[in-house]
Amino acid sequence: MSVTLFAVQTLNGLQLGILLFLIAAGLTLVFGVMDFINLAHGVQYMLGAYLAVAAYAVTGTFWGALVIALVGALLVGLALEMLIFRHLYDRDHLDQVLATFGIILFLNEAVKVIWGAAPLTLPMPELLSGSIVLMDGLLYPVYRIALIVAGLAVAGLLYILVAKTRAGMLVRAGATNAPMVAALGVNIRRLFMLVFGFGAMLAGFAGILAAPILVVEPGMGDNLLILAFVVIVIGGIGSIRGAFLAALIVGLVDTLGRGFATDIAKLALSPSAANDVGPAIASMLIYVLMAAVLFFRPTGLFPARGG
Amino acid sequence: MTDASFPRTRPRARRWSREALLASVLFALFAALPVVAAAMDDTFIVFFTIRVMVFAIAAVSLSLILGYGAMVSFGHAAYIGLGAYSVAILAEHGVWDVTVSLPVTLAVTGLFALVTGAISLKTRGVYFIMITLAFGQMAYYTATSLSAYGGDDGLTMWGRTEILGSTALTDRTTFYYVVLGCLLLCYALARMIVASRFGRVLQGAKQSEMRLRAVGLDPYPYRLVAYVIAGMMAGLSGALLANAAEFVSPAYMSWHRSGELIVMVVLGGLGSLAGAIVGAASFLILEEVLSHITQHWRLLFGPFLVLVVLFGRGGLIALIPGGRKQ
Repeated sequence: MSVTLFAVQTLNGLQLGILLFLIAAGLTLVFGVMDFINLAHGVQYMLGAYLAVAAYAVTGTFWGALVIALVGALLVGLALEMLIFRHLYDRDHLDQVLATFGIILFLNEAVKVIWGAAPLTLPMPELLSGSIVLMDGLLYPVYRIALIVAGLAVAGLLYILVAKTRAGMLVRAGATNAPMVAALGVNIRRLFMLVFGFGAMLAGFAGILAAPILVVEPGMGDNLLILAFVVIVIGGIGSIRGAFLAALIVGLVDTLGRGFATDIAKLALSPSAANDVGPAIASMLIYVLMAAVLFFRPTGLFPARGG
Repeated sequence: MTDASFPRTRPRARRWSREALLASVLFALFAALPVVAAAMDDTFIVFFTIRVMVFAIAAVSLSLILGYGAMVSFGHAAYIGLGAYSVAILAEHGVWDVTVSLPVTLAVTGLFALVTGAISLKTRGVYFIMITLAFGQMAYYTATSLSAYGGDDGLTMWGRTEILGSTALTDRTTFYYVVLGCLLLCYALARMIVASRFGRVLQGAKQSEMRLRAVGLDPYPYRLVAYVIAGMMAGLSGALLANAAEFVSPAYMSWHRSGELIVMVVLGGLGSLAGAIVGAASFLILEEVLSHITQHWRLLFGPFLVLVVLFGRGGLIALIPGGRKQ
């Protein structure tokens, strides 16, 4: 368990945390503002990645693909909102879970039909390929650093947007008491639609960023969706700050757990038993974390006020 | 259609008889099916219906806590998996007899439900959905890491559970009626629970927890007991599933499977146990039929689900004539 390895794993954990935050931000806003459980949020992440791959095939540049895929993710999000989701806001959570589950089944399969079941890749932009030396003996890919920086920048922007602007104020007010905001003359439907489209775009952005370093395949959003739900539940539903901190915690715990659980298990167990137990514990770690957080704080670490 | 002079008692009596009628029809159909299949010389339909009944048990158990207790468990598939693995792991060690495997299955699933339920029921609403999902995922990852028992690839059982040393279950028709018997038993138990004082507290907690507390009842222990019973029932269905497929795999516990169980219950109609059986049957039949039309059957099933949610309130059971009005 050398220092270099630990540093690399920490950076990888940060990077997973950033991706999780981009997905969780939209999820938690939609949930906090509209009280809407959107299981289909994970497929937005997948669509972002696929749209980027498709757009790359046409434009031949990463940056062109990035822009086109972002717009595409936004449009798909808005279309889903108008066609299906807006009819479900007043329904109970069960109906929302079912309908969005149906959308997951459909979109995962549609992607398989259009692009095939085989994993695809998106080439890295030339500008960001290669590695740099961060410290003695630690070579880290530029793209991954850029991903962390881009994610942090978006997080910062989002913070300013939510905390300092009028639109952000309305969103926060909506999360606390939507009927009251509507009574004050705000077009809450349009606000919902904007929040929704914006969240879908953020998830798509995460998908685009992840495409060059992970494989693009059907169902790639499903596991990340579950992780993102873990993040918003730990962070406190509706809280951007909570989602950010929880995303970093989950990203780090998961990555470091996977990296070192077997080594730590070896301290107490025989090597073969540790090889068995280590990966299982690593996969479970964040769920144990979530169960523990909910046991002591049933509404998460940073519950949105009034929620 | 409600008689205004008896607003409280009449609808309940009618609903009960309708439920009982539907259940009798369903069980009569199940009982007659092997005979019809034998006449048609069709063995597939018997295998298929065994699967339907196995999932109907799980759906009934979920309906008990979801439909009557408003506990949206998103980790119910874990109990199917735990039940299946209990049987398969015992078989792997040469223990085949039902006198051992059944109590073990019920103990394992009951204990898991007791521990996780005690924690989960501290939370409400979406937090409950998520924490049950988390426990389901823990069970799933445990199964994938059991390298001694196949890990990701699953574990093959080389035969079926024995009953006091007899291998009667290898006979397809016998096994069919054993599964049917289990379904009948679970349905009757759930029916009894719902109609009992215990069941009324459960439904009261669903309507208004505050009102229940006001009359001096704490819903927590009631919910927990119901949750444990439902978990054990799903565990039984898992034990039967392992026997039906002679194979177990972590995929039994994936969160998609939990989602499908919820779909079955809601498709059939919330608040009706017979509806859960109808839901499980229609889900599996639809899956089977659609997958014959195209291998991409989810392309059709997904939108169907969305349409059911948007326009088909009350589930399939509301389509049956004489249904209650919303």
